[in-house]
Amino acid sequence: MALKNWALRKSLWVYHVNAGACNNCDIEVLELLTPRYDIERFGMILVGSPRHADVLAVTGVCTRQAQPRLQEVYMQTAKPCVVMAVGSCAGAQGIFTEAYHMGNTVDEAIRAVDPGAIIMYVPGCPPKPEAMISAAVKAIGYLKELASPAASSGEVGGGVRG
Amino acid sequence: MDTGWILLTFLAAAAGSLVLGLLLRGVDRKVTARVQWRVGPPLYQPLIDVIKLTGKETLMPVTARRTGFLLAPMLALAATGVAAVILWRALLQPEVTFMGDLIVVVYLLTIPALMTILGASASGNPHAAVGAARELKLLLSYELPLFLVILLAIARAGWTFQLGVLAGHTPALYSISGVIAFVIAILCMQAKLGQIPFDMAEAECELMSGVYVEYSGLPLGMFLMARAMMLALLPLLLVMVFWGGLTLSGNVLHKLLGVAAFLGKYLLLVVLVVLIRNTNPRLRIDQTLRLFWYRLTPAAAFAVALTLVGISRGLKWL
Repeated sequence: MALKNWALRKSLWVYHVNAGACNNCDIEVLELLTPRYDIERFGMILVGSPRHADVLAVTGVCTRQAQPRLQEVYMQTAKPCVVMAVGSCAGAQGIFTEAYHMGNTVDEAIRAVDPGAIIMYVPGCPPKPEAMISAAVKAIGYLKELASPAASSGEVGGGVRG
Repeated sequence: MDTGWILLTFLAAAAGSLVLGLLLRGVDRKVTARVQWRVGPPLYQPLIDVIKLTGKETLMPVTARRTGFLLAPMLALAATGVAAVILWRALLQPEVTFMGDLIVVVYLLTIPALMTILGASASGNPHAAVGAARELKLLLSYELPLFLVILLAIARAGWTFQLGVLAGHTPALYSISGVIAFVIAILCMQAKLGQIPFDMAEAECELMSGVYVEYSGLPLGMFLMARAMMLALLPLLLVMVFWGGLTLSGNVLHKLLGVAAFLGKYLLLVVLVVLIRNTNPRLRIDQTLRLFWYRLTPAAAFAVALTLVGISRGLKWL
């Protein structure tokens, strides 16, 4: 089990879900693949299917239209997986909170189908690629804690789970 | 030979080529990263990926045919494993190979592509269906020229269908028709590996990794392992068929030189695959069909004809 957890930390495959984003965060997510940031150094690659993914990078406010799709994508992702809510919108719907077309926030939508989901928040409008790399490193740290013996006593993950 | 030895040989050859293939995939990814001015993942990254996939959940699409969906990756892996045993044995012990092992290997190396088609069709996903259709057309396009150029090497070695004997003969590459055949064989290998420019079945962006779109966890890992083994085995097959395999004779120095020459040829082919993949855009399926049917198949037939003329007139260089 420890080996598999180690391998998971070393090879996080990211699937990018757009749940009604303005495309600004999406550009920043793609920035991670460029030579300047090169997230593949950590074994992370962008994959085309949620079935291959270990990380769901969710951008956007989660509109009413997008919410059931986001939930479906989460359910179709092979577990264990981490959800990364990228940007202010994905974190708490940003300036669109009161708008008529909002569903629940991204974390509420995902908790509705899986109360135990691991969700991380990367604030910013848009967040810098450095912030996303930092979030990825924190996710790796959290998965590491999850594998340690303390995990059984429920002591882990303060702050990360939000 | 008793059963224990057979099992041991099988495990050693299959596991060896698996690890070798995954490392070569790592070289591939590293070189790709360097070409794009990136640092890239560590060399053993594909190994980690496969270990990770064994620990992931295996999801079953509601539209999938369960048996075909799960059986396909297993058969793909098993076929490449058996091909690995025959190939390595023909390389290291050419005197104990059996009649027609070349034909068996060529057919075994077709099975991963067939199983990809089967698995993709069984998954019931439209993206996978498009990918499977493309994979099938790709298979139809590259198999004929590949058989033709292998036939050329067989003819040059005095119509032997034994890999060990074939590798012991004067390499087919040292002739005009042999060079033409070798270039065609390299293109066929690229297509068989599903590498750019012939990766239209997988097509990460337009088809969401096409044929593999519904696979997760261990079955996906099995397909990746089978593909990695193909990367280790196809250059080996080409070296043995066209370039004389491994020659171990004479004193220690000669033996070392023989091993070095073999490794050089082998790595050259692997590097060629990586470089072709990094310097070409993806072809459409119709362009691929046109390339293989209208250009490479006639060229292969021409090379075979040249060889036959050369044999009948006693001109070795033709």
